[in-house]
Amino acid sequence: MIEKTGIPSKAQVKAEFPTPEELSRPKAVIECYKEIPCNPCETSCPFDAITVGEDINARPQIDFDACTGCGICVYSCPGLAIMVARLKNGEAEMKVPYEFTPLPEKGEIVNVVDRRGDVITEGRVLNVSKSAKQDRTALVHFAVDEKYLYDAISIEVSYGS
Amino acid sequence: MQKSEVVVVGAGPAGLTAAHELLKAGAEVTLIDRNASLGGQLIKQTHKFFGSEKQYAAHRGIDILERLTENLIPYERFHLLSETTVVGFYHDKVLTCLKDDRYFKLQADSVIFATGASEQSIPFENNDLPGVYAAGAVQTLMNEYGIKPGQRVLMVGSGNIGLIVSYQLMQAGVDVAAVLEASERIGGYLVHASKLRRLGVEIRTNMSIKSAIGEAHVEAAEAWRLDEDWQGIEGSEERYDVDTICIAVGLSPLTELLEQAGAEVEYISELGGNVPVLKDYETTIEGVYACGDLANIEEASSAMVEGRIAGIRAAQALDYTVENAEMRLKALDDELVDLRSGPPGDNVRRGLKKMEGLT
Amino acid sequence: MRIKNHPILSFDGRETIPFYFNDKLYYGVEGDTIASALVANNVKALTSSLHLERPRGFYCAIGNCASCNMVVDGEPNVRTCITPLKKDMRVYRQKGRGRLHAKE
Repeated sequence: MIEKTGIPSKAQVKAEFPTPEELSRPKAVIECYKEIPCNPCETSCPFDAITVGEDINARPQIDFDACTGCGICVYSCPGLAIMVARLKNGEAEMKVPYEFTPLPEKGEIVNVVDRRGDVITEGRVLNVSKSAKQDRTALVHFAVDEKYLYDAISIEVSYGS
Repeated sequence: MQKSEVVVVGAGPAGLTAAHELLKAGAEVTLIDRNASLGGQLIKQTHKFFGSEKQYAAHRGIDILERLTENLIPYERFHLLSETTVVGFYHDKVLTCLKDDRYFKLQADSVIFATGASEQSIPFENNDLPGVYAAGAVQTLMNEYGIKPGQRVLMVGSGNIGLIVSYQLMQAGVDVAAVLEASERIGGYLVHASKLRRLGVEIRTNMSIKSAIGEAHVEAAEAWRLDEDWQGIEGSEERYDVDTICIAVGLSPLTELLEQAGAEVEYISELGGNVPVLKDYETTIEGVYACGDLANIEEASSAMVEGRIAGIRAAQALDYTVENAEMRLKALDDELVDLRSGPPGDNVRRGLKKMEGLT
Repeated sequence: MRIKNHPILSFDGRETIPFYFNDKLYYGVEGDTIASALVANNVKALTSSLHLERPRGFYCAIGNCASCNMVVDGEPNVRTCITPLKKDMRVYRQKGRGRLHAKE
């Protein structure tokens, strides 16, 4: 189905997540569902938590014990296919790559979308980072009710320009 | 008649790396490009590249081009002829060139062609209306000139170009109504497709464009479903209110110069259509090479590697000693194997096998 | 339809260039080609097809397809998508194949 629509099934998505217990600390969730020649996730991780291996077409494997949720892989992935998630106080906090203007502001309430691009809930922007080493891929950190853990994927793009 | 030991035609990723290898080996190199700025298609690639570190993965195309051109500057033996179009090529390795309305001839001992490819189009009613643009053209307009092609786009073709340009259109503030894909599955990387779905852009398989609607320019598009024989199904038409239709149906290698000189060209659909017959990147004219999209339609990452291999081989043929040649050639070959061993490389591998059978 | 804000690229601070299309004054910016300046001004129909005189715009935008041929400062068959815009250029829609003029 994903080969026709570009949208992974719920089961495919869940398979990439760590357990809720592991999510008490931030962890990277890699949604790279098909083999493509690519390995910046592996080479960018300072904790060697991601493995692609000799054959750079292999789908990345993540060691959740080693992963600290630092987010470097999130902006290094050319496919923008990685996010960092964490469960805290009944909320799911997510750090996602974002390459649009205008950037949201810290504290702003934004529309949060699922993998179909449908708005599913509102979220609170916790932080927005855009350092030089991110090379123009901003990271938007937002919080939603934890029941949206497997659904929320990004914030709605609004064209301020 | 001007002379240059080696001429590299085309300053895209393949041409730039080929020139670099030849300069490192000690050759005199004249690099020719019809544009004012170098980089070929890299100049409008704002997205981060795939592949591995050796091919600058995770770097944006526009930044990679700077690195590739920087490599050439330190060499006095490097000559750049920009805004120069090669208009003819002859089997005795004479190139005829046009610059500033001046026509001149250039004799080379060895020539590497890296002229890339041009975008294909598909026949449909009113496909010549202003507003029907090749997807790469729209990418050029946005990323090189900073101009929106229109307000709302229908993208035809879901290969990497169609998917990436759709994403870049959204980045530029242009709405993408949908991406149509004639076959039953998305053609490009699924990560590109997923990025688009998050933005609310629909990708519709088994569909293609039936007609463009409008008088002086595109005002709407009619799409329809295709059956198993790729024929449109009457009655399945759907209208999209768009002012721009982007065609992303594939690239065709620019083989004209090689063909003029009599180099053999063969139709291999898996490699992109008519491609020069090559053995180790050498055409059927001795001392004339081809690499990059001209040799087979692929990604910039492979083009950069192919350019290096072609450059090294050309240097060796000119009796230059290339440091660690065997080791480097093996390593470069391995890079290509890495890039091609997964599912996205299936087509190219099949095509290259066919090519091997010819030589 | 110029892009004002872009997440990756910057298009600020380019000098304006006046030019004429079908004798009407338009403005492009430094770095424009003739075709890009016209499209930025919402002129999509750049020229006409040879026999049926159907409206034509650019297609490939990099000089391969000749869909954008126009008459520029008296010269026909100019591929406007790759020709840099210059101050006071006079650009016209081309009808037919164009004629060779003896240059004075």
